Amino acid sequence: MNSLFPSIVSRSQSSGLMNFFVPIISIVLTLITGSIIFVLLGFDPVYALYTFFISPISSTYGISELFVKATPLALIAIGLSYCFKNNIYNIGAEGQLTMGAIFGGGIGILFHDTNAFWLLPLMIFAGAIGGALWGLIPAILKTKFNTNEILTSLMLVYVALFILDYLVVGPWKDPFGYSFPKSRPFSESGRMPLLFDGLRVHFGLIITLFLIFISWFIFAKTIFGFQLKVSGYSPKAARYAGFNQTTLVFFAFAICGAFAGIAGLAEVSGPIGLLYRDISPNYGFTAIIVAFLGRLHPIGIIFASLVIALTYLGAEDAQLFLQIPSAVGFIFQGLVLFYLLGAELLINYKLTYKKLL
Amino acid sequence: MIRIITFLSTFLVFAFGSAYADPKKVGFIYIGPPGDHGWTYMHDVGRKYMESQLGDSITTTYLENIPENADAVRAIRKLADSGHDLIFTTSFNYMDQTHEVAKDFPDIKFEHATGYIQADNVATYSARFYEGRMIEGHIAGHMTETNTIGYIASFPIPEVVRGINAFYLAASKVNPDIKMKIIWVFTWYDPGKEADAANTLINQGADIIVQHTDTYAPCQAAQKAGVYAFGQASNQEEFCPDAHLTSIEDIWGPYYAERAKAVVDGTWSSGDTWDGMDKGMVVMSPYNTKLMPASLIQEAVNMEVGIKDGTIHPFTGPIYNQAGELVVPEGEVAPDGMLLGMNFYVQGIDGEVPQ
Repeated sequence: MNSLFPSIVSRSQSSGLMNFFVPIISIVLTLITGSIIFVLLGFDPVYALYTFFISPISSTYGISELFVKATPLALIAIGLSYCFKNNIYNIGAEGQLTMGAIFGGGIGILFHDTNAFWLLPLMIFAGAIGGALWGLIPAILKTKFNTNEILTSLMLVYVALFILDYLVVGPWKDPFGYSFPKSRPFSESGRMPLLFDGLRVHFGLIITLFLIFISWFIFAKTIFGFQLKVSGYSPKAARYAGFNQTTLVFFAFAICGAFAGIAGLAEVSGPIGLLYRDISPNYGFTAIIVAFLGRLHPIGIIFASLVIALTYLGAEDAQLFLQIPSAVGFIFQGLVLFYLLGAELLINYKLTYKKLL
Repeated sequence: MIRIITFLSTFLVFAFGSAYADPKKVGFIYIGPPGDHGWTYMHDVGRKYMESQLGDSITTTYLENIPENADAVRAIRKLADSGHDLIFTTSFNYMDQTHEVAKDFPDIKFEHATGYIQADNVATYSARFYEGRMIEGHIAGHMTETNTIGYIASFPIPEVVRGINAFYLAASKVNPDIKMKIIWVFTWYDPGKEADAANTLINQGADIIVQHTDTYAPCQAAQKAGVYAFGQASNQEEFCPDAHLTSIEDIWGPYYAERAKAVVDGTWSSGDTWDGMDKGMVVMSPYNTKLMPASLIQEAVNMEVGIKDGTIHPFTGPIYNQAGELVVPEGEVAPDGMLLGMNFYVQGIDGEVPQ
């Protein structure tokens, strides 16, 4: 007689092919579950899925918006993969993004009446520094005091948001803004150049693609990338090999912070053009889903960022054309993550029914 | 035969096409969900009122939970792209985004709530909520026993500071010992934070809670603690019947119907509307007869009458700022320009406006 409940046993080897298919399987399962939800809500599932996933990108403007939305997600996710590959759980990218926006945006506000070619590069540089410094705080705490980086990086998100609050309500407030909480607009040369007239997709996309390419090179071709991977798989092996774990933690956090900082700066100097409180719709947190959906691989992350960006856009079209609440978009994001984790479990573990007698 | 039918149907379309014109599409951008029972809820009530008034000549849609960042541009543009003729953006921080989209769609009319910048196709509108604050202040001055008022404020923008001042001026007039404790929560919509702020204020001795945020959480906290509260945006009595004295209700329906009708008739023009109790845009919820003495209710009603006919103005001089300088001389009322940019406390309020 077999026991009623299966027990979970580790597989000796996980299938490489299945590893590749995990994201695709989870997206397909999400679509199926989504259709069931739509049917239960009383909608034609084909029309609903069309409204959700096709209609938002059926125009040039829609495709441009998809890239606008995917740019910060991809950039932060590729940064996060430096940490996650090394089993460092930095979930504070939102704070690092905010700090990047503050540092870079601060330069933009300081030079609000200057038009010069060096302004934007300086802002991008400052954004990277801001994000990296903010990322280094949990790195120092982890290496010096052995604190849990999940907690410290998360809590620093709120600190960063409060600093931004303070700045736009206080010292950086627009003197001509009726004391509303927002800064002066940046000068024209402090804005990300648009790639096409009339569309919002901006130079941040080029920066992102460039950094993704660099990251691919680092992961695949350099010793540093190899060290990240080894110490993630087996910290002990890494130590025997003489890799310095402290240095790795510092680099991973600094790079991730810098990427998130550039993403924040690209957002405020791209579509926004000034600083205010609500600069990011939680890009830093959503990028965690993107990083895992993309299997921490540069190409995977590009596709994953487009898929997740589409769930945001789709939620708006679904509201407009189907009168479905905006929360449906988050349901899709949640489903993707749920199936991803579930499939991952089944690839690395198997269920067995023990014999009781 | 087919040709005749084709001809006839073409003729019919042209002949009656103008009389039975396509309904105008009116879209709304909401900061929160319509179920917040506060700010967004009242805009949605206004939208439904507009529908009921204009019937088949309009259709309406809305996008909810639109963040006040770069996403708002896409949401507004989505309404513009999908053939809407009139678009209401119902939060202050949609200002730049509204103008960004409006300049690309000169034929579409936009209405931006609580903003201060107009364009040929962008009108602004707001309500003189501070008139209601004056009545709340008067009531609070009479009802408090600890002489301590707890005030939950959202952002230090003129609208909120104006409300605090209007409240205090009226309250201190009937009760010179009154003290205001103000907590800035820096959010419009966060039930948890709002309730925390209310509890903190109650622990500090406040026996009346005033809020300039969007949920009924503060009123419920007051009910639990056994103190009084004023609701915000909609009548919140059902959520806290033993605490609720009255609410300031935002009544947008008639304005929305008027503006939509203007679009249907082709008479819409840009402008800035700032209406108050006289036009019915600000309304006090029924005063709580269980908690308030009849004489006080009568005073409040009289005040409403005075505000409506212009004999009472919440900002009548002499008014001093915290430094003791006279800002509104005796016998004069504060001009709208001063009210629109108000970023200082009047004399008697402790603390500073967060700068």
